[in-house]
Amino acid sequence: MIEIRWHGRGGQGAVTATELLAKAAVKQGLNAQAFAMFGPERRGSPVVAFTRIDKEPIEVRSHIYEPDIVVTLDPTIINIVDISTGLKPSSTLVINSKSSPKELKKSFPNFRIATVDATSIALKRLGVPITNTVMLGALVKATKIVELSNVEKVVSERFNRINVEAVKEAFNETVVLEA
Amino acid sequence: MQKVEPFLLSGNLAIAYAIKQLNVDVVSAYPITPQTTIIEKISEYVAKGELKANFMLVESEHSAISACLSAAASGARVFTSSSSQGLLLMHEILFITSALRLPVVMVVANRSVSAPINIWNDHGDIMPQRDTGWIQFFVESAQEAYDKVIQAYRIAEDKRVRLPIMVNMDGIVLSHTYEPVYPLSDSEVASFSPWNLSLKRLDPDNPLTIGGFCYPDYYFETRYQSSKALEDSLPIISKVDKEFGKLSGRSYGLVSPLKCDDADAILVSIGSISTTIRATVKKLREKGKKVGMVSLKLFRPFPLNELIKSIKNAKAIGIIDRALSPGAVAGPLFTDVTSALYLSKMSIPAVNFFVGLGGRDVKVEDIESMFANLKKILKSGKIEKHSYYVGLRE
Repeated sequence: MIEIRWHGRGGQGAVTATELLAKAAVKQGLNAQAFAMFGPERRGSPVVAFTRIDKEPIEVRSHIYEPDIVVTLDPTIINIVDISTGLKPSSTLVINSKSSPKELKKSFPNFRIATVDATSIALKRLGVPITNTVMLGALVKATKIVELSNVEKVVSERFNRINVEAVKEAFNETVVLEA
Repeated sequence: MQKVEPFLLSGNLAIAYAIKQLNVDVVSAYPITPQTTIIEKISEYVAKGELKANFMLVESEHSAISACLSAAASGARVFTSSSSQGLLLMHEILFITSALRLPVVMVVANRSVSAPINIWNDHGDIMPQRDTGWIQFFVESAQEAYDKVIQAYRIAEDKRVRLPIMVNMDGIVLSHTYEPVYPLSDSEVASFSPWNLSLKRLDPDNPLTIGGFCYPDYYFETRYQSSKALEDSLPIISKVDKEFGKLSGRSYGLVSPLKCDDADAILVSIGSISTTIRATVKKLREKGKKVGMVSLKLFRPFPLNELIKSIKNAKAIGIIDRALSPGAVAGPLFTDVTSALYLSKMSIPAVNFFVGLGGRDVKVEDIESMFANLKKILKSGKIEKHSYYVGLRE
């Protein structure tokens, strides 16, 4: 089972991101569970969401405490939330940042790191700093957790062609640094 | 393995989809988290013409259930849903609905009760409804919620049953979690749960009074009859579940045991926590621990014989309650299960675990700690105390 924790801010679409990833996984015959830590979040306040993906039916329903992958939707979230809580040595961080993985290595020395400037891609392609679909592209590049084509399919079903272009650009632009 | 691609739906959206396929005539509800997205989606189906139902906007849950009751009495297939304070506001009408033998189906997205205000999951809202005379199911997944709602109409409208049904689905944990759901086709739903118009009671051409005044010489008998009807519904509920299994490949039973036959320690639970317990039992079995679990799918009428069959070989039992019953002997489920043991002339040591109130997350480690607790009882043969509040800060 692969467990993913998403960090974002209210309004960046973390809940939708987790749902779209689960949908892409189900499209290729996997089982998935997508949920969020619902609270009194408002636009801009930190939010957490989760995805589980497995070949077998998923039974555990607790929150995710030791994720295999952490994705951040917001470039400033790493300054206010400890996104490495519960991470294992084999875990991957997929971070929305203008910085390179090498520069972030100081802050997260023990993990695989992938970065992409998702906010700039979102602003250029979508005109708004909503980074959920963009970061799906980065996640697929960094972890190959689902097929890119399935992410493109679910994004185009839910949104439009421009979002699919954003996914593709993020996929191409993401830089990965092994642990 | 099913070959069709499943939908990815939250529990709430799975329910709404079932209601659309069930061709419900009247929907009346009042918004309350975490139930609201069921009704939002249904109102969208109605607005788009995909469901030809009368969507009645009302000013409170008390009116919503009253509208459903009246519509059901006039022969309509009805649906409502609620949570928490909304369900509490329905309370008095719930008794009337069952006593009038009206096949209202309601989904409860289970949530804590105030105060303090809390929007997350526990069973504080449903436990005060135990004695309202409704059939009550608990589900463990979005798929099961979808399947149970389809079964519910068939059971509720059965001439031998004619009782309202609550499908309890844990709020947030199930209502807002997206997972694969394999839907039936519209025609499969229509043929499995066809609407039975013979239930029509209120009719302007043939006026009649229902729910009128009753003197002491008949009240006892009337209440007894609805209570008896609830008791007698059990075999029909079981039969419908089995038939649903033939159609869909999914049947759930009245109780769902795992590894109970040779287990020394067994946990008894209801609702979504059961899936995490199931995963924990599998994990502990790999380490050679003789543990088991049983989840009650049906809560009212209480499946006494089926439950006892599952737990009779245990040497220690932990019963999980997700609601407090202040001042009572113990928690609601504990009281039921230990009464069942007493009536079956069994005295298996049992303790009550209170856990997960107001959305406090229940982890695999929490379940492991409950089994560890039962192991201590097995070793010492002694019960130090009957109630444990798992994860509580004192």
